[in-house]
Amino acid sequence: MGAPNPWFSWAYVQANRDDITTALTQHVLLTVEAVAIATLVAVPLALVAFRHPRLSGLVIGTSGVLYTIPSLALFAVLYPALRDRRTTVLVGLVVYALLVLVRNVLVGLRGVDPAVTDAARGLGQSPTRILLTVQLPNALPSVVVGLRLATVSTVALVTIGVVVGYGGLGQLMYRGFTSLYRAEIVTATVLTLAVAFVADVLLWLAGRLATPWARGRR
Amino acid sequence: MNGDGVPAQTLRWLNDPLNWQGPQGVPALTVEHLGMSAAAVLLAALVALPLGVWLGHRPRGGALTVVVSNTSRALPTLALLFIFATTGVGFGNRPTILAAALFAVPPILSHAFTGVREVDPAARDAAGGMGMSAARVLATVELPLALPLIAAGLRTAAVQVVATVPLAALVGGGGLGTIIVSGFATQRYGEVVSGGIIVAVVCLAVEGVLAAVQRILTPAPLRVTAIAR
Repeated sequence: MGAPNPWFSWAYVQANRDDITTALTQHVLLTVEAVAIATLVAVPLALVAFRHPRLSGLVIGTSGVLYTIPSLALFAVLYPALRDRRTTVLVGLVVYALLVLVRNVLVGLRGVDPAVTDAARGLGQSPTRILLTVQLPNALPSVVVGLRLATVSTVALVTIGVVVGYGGLGQLMYRGFTSLYRAEIVTATVLTLAVAFVADVLLWLAGRLATPWARGRR
Repeated sequence: MNGDGVPAQTLRWLNDPLNWQGPQGVPALTVEHLGMSAAAVLLAALVALPLGVWLGHRPRGGALTVVVSNTSRALPTLALLFIFATTGVGFGNRPTILAAALFAVPPILSHAFTGVREVDPAARDAAGGMGMSAARVLATVELPLALPLIAAGLRTAAVQVVATVPLAALVGGGGLGTIIVSGFATQRYGEVVSGGIIVAVVCLAVEGVLAAVQRILTPAPLRVTAIAR
């Protein structure tokens, strides 16, 4: 190709500001929505699995199997059933985020020092109260780790949505690929990484604020 | 094509003998898929295993490996594939193998590093006290003890690679992803779903086989830790 193909072009960014903003908004909204829904489902699910040890094997096993299925395959199976681009991507993202979250919440709950739980029981707290006031807060660091992991992988996963035509910044990458215009691919990639980084830092900060007692140790 | 639903179309596609023969048939695509995956894992292992073992063997440093392995999650595979297409690496299977290998490095590296680093210092000391050289300690004490974790890293990487290779179809490559992508392109959703099912089954089969292999190869006394992972 004779035309210059720069790695980055400020002119491109200015000329396509609207497209970039649309893709970025789509990307961020999808991520936030997916992680929020996944959290709302994962925490109760993990609590149930924690209370019933038999179920927890099932939950961990099923989530492991589901996690092995590639996103491309999942989108492929979901889209013909749902027939909606956005819903397909969203459901796919929720599934993967859910798997990471359930695991981490369970690990966190299991890692709570038995002595602490015993002490709460000795004080006469009911099992529900122990769960809400002792076990869940103690599991919080692990939950935050899970949230960060789930969020960062969700940000990267949104791009696979291009197979159904709803991939946020992935859509720009794809457009750049079809026209072999490097600056468009790189701009979208850098923005994706930036979204992941900002989300990770925000969650890390939120985690620190939520667990002031853990600061000395970690 | 018209009149019946996607499940019926899927069943018809899966039962059509034409889809199971020839260079674009499912068996041929599966072989290509697994070949690409094996190449990617091999490439990654060649770089990551020696590096991880060496970093773990050294008394200090190496915290970076864990950080690198965490940040790499944020980089979309697709972005790398598209960028490769605009450079000398080009289109098709080669960039996919390269990209899959790049993403396979972090799990292999961090597992090898952690495996060697977490060897009980008492065992290392004892070996040193018996007059073993550093190289011998590594070969006869550290490596065997780290084996379960190294194997777990390879397994994680292999499963991840098999799941990544379908993306090759988006940049003009082969493998099982082509069924899904060409199905989307022609709006034959029976084919899309069939492709999705086949890819999922292959991934689960690879995971199952590797889990079995890992269990068989792990020495009995170490099995408990291997299963806990």
